[in-house]
Amino acid sequence: MTPLTDPAYLVGVGGALGALLRTLVGELVTADAYPASTLVVNVVGSFCLAALTAAGAGDDLVLLLGTGACGSFTTFSSFAVETVRLWEDGDRPRAAVHAGANLGGAGVAIALAWLLVG
Amino acid sequence: MSTGTLTSGPLLARIEVLALVALGGFAGANCRYAVSLAVPGLGGTLLANVGGAFLLGFVLYESRYAGSLSPETRLAVSTGFLSSLTTYSTFALQSAQSPPLVLVGNVVATYALGFAAVAAGRALARRSTRGESA
Repeated sequence: MTPLTDPAYLVGVGGALGALLRTLVGELVTADAYPASTLVVNVVGSFCLAALTAAGAGDDLVLLLGTGACGSFTTFSSFAVETVRLWEDGDRPRAAVHAGANLGGAGVAIALAWLLVG
Repeated sequence: MSTGTLTSGPLLARIEVLALVALGGFAGANCRYAVSLAVPGLGGTLLANVGGAFLLGFVLYESRYAGSLSPETRLAVSTGFLSSLTTYSTFALQSAQSPPLVLVGNVVATYALGFAAVAAGRALARRSTRGESA
């Protein structure tokens, strides 16, 4: 039998957890005309991933919580679809804000994680 | 079965959402991991993100144009699988750990190719659904 520390289990279980938490945030954080929940998961997830690696977590923990949970909790595909949709709906300022806020927010979150943990 | 969400609807419908999203997440994260082993570093993340953006563009616009996918399939495939196949945190962290020029190049490449991939996925959906209805 494959041991439970097999990377496929660790990444998969973490990935399932991350996807569920992202779905939960998507249901709790709703804002009219702005995809706020994607921004929230991307910024929070980037903070957690940076904190985890800066804390020197072991390989198994990084696979479970980093590659798995943080990787799946955050999403690029939804972000890209939302940005393109805002842009093409004629809401170009909001599309630009979305693109910039995710990048800037994730950057600040990573810097903060390094400051606090590193 | 009535469509539920994680936080509302009948218990069975909630469990269905939970199972579909979890299964998709398990598979999507593993595919991303496999890509990262095949193409280590920035390139693998770029590949997973651009590929996932293309597929999500296709799936979302296909369901908008033709609607041939059931809500359950869409949930497992888009919210579960594709959103987990792609990642923002790894993209952001890898960029932040890179030298300035690589950082800028990776951000520009990921954004430009990602947005173009959504448009390409949508174009394919438009073409395939038009072919269906003709």
